[in-house]
Amino acid sequence: MTKDAKKDIIMRAEKLNYIYSRDTAFEHYAVKDVSFDIKNEEFIGIIGHTGSGKSTLIQHMNGLIKATSGKIFFHDTDIYSEGYDMKKLRQKVGLVFQYPEHQLFEIDVLTDVCFGPKNQGLDDEQAKERARYALSIVDIPENFYKKSPFELSGGQKRRVAIAGVLAMKPEILVLDEPTAGLDPRGRDEILDKVSQLRESEHMSVVLVSHSMEDVAKYVDRLMVMSDGRKVFDDTPKVIFRHYKELEKIGLSAPQITYIIKRLREEGLDLDEGITTIEEAREAILGLLKNNKGLDDI
Amino acid sequence: MIRDITLGQYYPVDSVLHRLDPRVKLFGTMIFLIALFIGDSVPGYILSTAFLLGVILLSKVPFKFMVRGLKTVVLLLLVSVGFNIFLTEGDVVFKIWIFKATRQGIILALFMGLRLIYLMIGSSVMTLTTTPNALTDGLEKGLGFLKVIKVPVHEIAMMMSIALRFIPVLIEETDKIMKAQMARGADFEKGNLIQKAKAMIPLLVPLFISAFRRATDLAMAMEARCYHGGAGRTKMKPLIYKKADYIAYCVLFIYLFAAIALGILF
Repeated sequence: MTKDAKKDIIMRAEKLNYIYSRDTAFEHYAVKDVSFDIKNEEFIGIIGHTGSGKSTLIQHMNGLIKATSGKIFFHDTDIYSEGYDMKKLRQKVGLVFQYPEHQLFEIDVLTDVCFGPKNQGLDDEQAKERARYALSIVDIPENFYKKSPFELSGGQKRRVAIAGVLAMKPEILVLDEPTAGLDPRGRDEILDKVSQLRESEHMSVVLVSHSMEDVAKYVDRLMVMSDGRKVFDDTPKVIFRHYKELEKIGLSAPQITYIIKRLREEGLDLDEGITTIEEAREAILGLLKNNKGLDDI
Repeated sequence: MIRDITLGQYYPVDSVLHRLDPRVKLFGTMIFLIALFIGDSVPGYILSTAFLLGVILLSKVPFKFMVRGLKTVVLLLLVSVGFNIFLTEGDVVFKIWIFKATRQGIILALFMGLRLIYLMIGSSVMTLTTTPNALTDGLEKGLGFLKVIKVPVHEIAMMMSIALRFIPVLIEETDKIMKAQMARGADFEKGNLIQKAKAMIPLLVPLFISAFRRATDLAMAMEARCYHGGAGRTKMKPLIYKKADYIAYCVLFIYLFAAIALGILF
């Protein structure tokens, strides 16, 4: 990085703690001592087992949950300071919940996507403009605009719901398990779209997932959560080397990592940092080309 | 937030009362209500107070929880007490404008208020010590005799259990949808009554849809497991009376007879 690194930070969280059901028998830490920062146009993955606190953590990012202790700064302003405009924050940090299609309610697709921009105070025309822009990003064609959102297929519904958040033009897009319940093709479509977004729309993206395969391919940085704590925060390649520790907290590295590891054990000269199937294919094909005598092993 | 609301006000501690068969508790509540109405005299109330205090002590539920339910009936209580004080004929004690408070009225109001409070506390003792599922089980078995006259007792009990079971699920769902819409800039607090009602649409439509979706899913799952109503169905935890239950029945009958006796004597 040649630019001033600090300037690029959009959001910074310091020592966040969140306690559920405080002062009762059910008291427990959902988030414990978590600090992080989100830089401009960064693609971050948050991964963790069910109940590891990842969903709770991301709800702090747009102020839906107030931390029990700790601070969050958005563009260097403390969001817990007196009179801070939470509504504005929620527009700037677009949060797409798990199964976002469950939030659709309007009579047609276009009106539903307009809901966000209208809450921002835009007039009808501007809101529709935004809705069209957002729907085009997620590849929903114009002849769908007047359809009821409930007539669409599962994948289409989800894309419409994501458009509902994109229409607010957030600076950070946070997605909670956007691929849950989708078939592999729907999954790839959504993830490809999302990763294009940060280049075309200059958004930062936070992707919550429990699938290592999903995140390995797309993210620049990965935060691993376990029991409310952040246990790793690094590039996927570095983290997947710790697959033994990952297994201890109920996660695993992508399957291809294990295959590469086995191949290395068999004496093949492959890079340990291979984490996606594409990389593996390149490397193995390269090896085959250079060294026809593989069957010597 | 909304998740903190406690519904089906079961209070989980281990007490003699908690362990009793739900049928005993249902029957006991009924006896208590009857006794309250027969024993409409000072000794009658003393007896009921003693019974209620005993039950409360046995239940190990903090008294605070019992009284909490009363908040909902304060208005009803005030209105009925007020009516009784001012609208009963008799010896005038004092006068406010055209309203005359009578001695008989005050006594009646006192009894009336006490009875209402006891009714509330008495029935909340039951719900506080019985899980909703045990309650519907008890109802199903206790009212089983109605099957003879073709009342679908099992089906009604099943519907009740399902309804109770899904209350927390729907509350959680409401919370989730609310947050999702808030993330899209919805505001549920601002504005006048009409604006507030309108703001509920983005919450209610998805909530109804999800309730229907859950209902079809559940129906499918039940059918996949060959559920076909109550006929021939056995229980994992069948309700069987134990020693404590028989003792409880004895206590209840003694209480009932004492109340009847006091009712005749005074």
